[in-house]
Amino acid sequence: MSTTATIPPIGGTVIVGVPIDKAFRVFTASFNAWWPHQYHIGQAEVAEVILEPREGGRWYERGVDGSECDWGRVLAWQPPHRLVFTWQINGQWQFDPDPEHASEIEVRFTADGPGQTTVEVEHRHFERLVGGQAIHGAISGGGGWTLLLDGYAKAVASEG
Amino acid sequence: MDAYRDGGLGLLGDPTRRAIFELLARRPCSVGELAQQLPISRPAVSQHLRVLKDGGLVVSRAEGTRRVYRLNPDGVGALRAWLDRVWDEALTAFHKAAEAAPGDPEQEH
Repeated sequence: MSTTATIPPIGGTVIVGVPIDKAFRVFTASFNAWWPHQYHIGQAEVAEVILEPREGGRWYERGVDGSECDWGRVLAWQPPHRLVFTWQINGQWQFDPDPEHASEIEVRFTADGPGQTTVEVEHRHFERLVGGQAIHGAISGGGGWTLLLDGYAKAVASEG
Repeated sequence: MDAYRDGGLGLLGDPTRRAIFELLARRPCSVGELAQQLPISRPAVSQHLRVLKDGGLVVSRAEGTRRVYRLNPDGVGALRAWLDRVWDEALTAFHKAAEAAPGDPEQEH
């Protein structure tokens, strides 16, 4: 009776000195302005990272060559309080459309006052990703992620 | 760079090994169960499993009379640790962007 072990979610909290509406707007509409561009998946350098502002919307990158690469989908769109989207890149370093293979990111916005908002992020269900570790092997040829993955590779190597 | 290769991750460049790895990502399996789902023999599956195990990507455990293979939870934990860092940096950047963004909500943005 074995099942895939659950991997603990990642949690992050940040308190921003802006109203809740603005916190939500910057997180979503201005996603491209703050997401570090070195974290990307496509072959081409990133021109833009887009989170479409609606349930069912795409989360994707557009390369400088015009190519597009999906990252996930918006599952819940409840401005300005809550947002859920998926990260579903499979072991071949490609978008896996199967929702059962999707890890999930929930973002909750809470107004602490008129000018302060707590933003909590939870990235969960890593165990659903097919070949989560294979991502590393698949992109060993280079690309923006390689730099960061080097740290991951060292961590894995030190396990051995 | 050597550590990169020796960490076992280059092992997934082989399509069959990757297929085995992905089957194990779905659920733990015995050699027989893997062989049923792949166009290769049980000895071939065993050989690939040994390589994956030596590389630290899978672990095995005896369950009664059979041996069950699964992804190494420590390895997936390492992936998670890496993503943890991605989010850490992304949220720091979000913090800066939110506080630097223009003050009033605008209709057209």
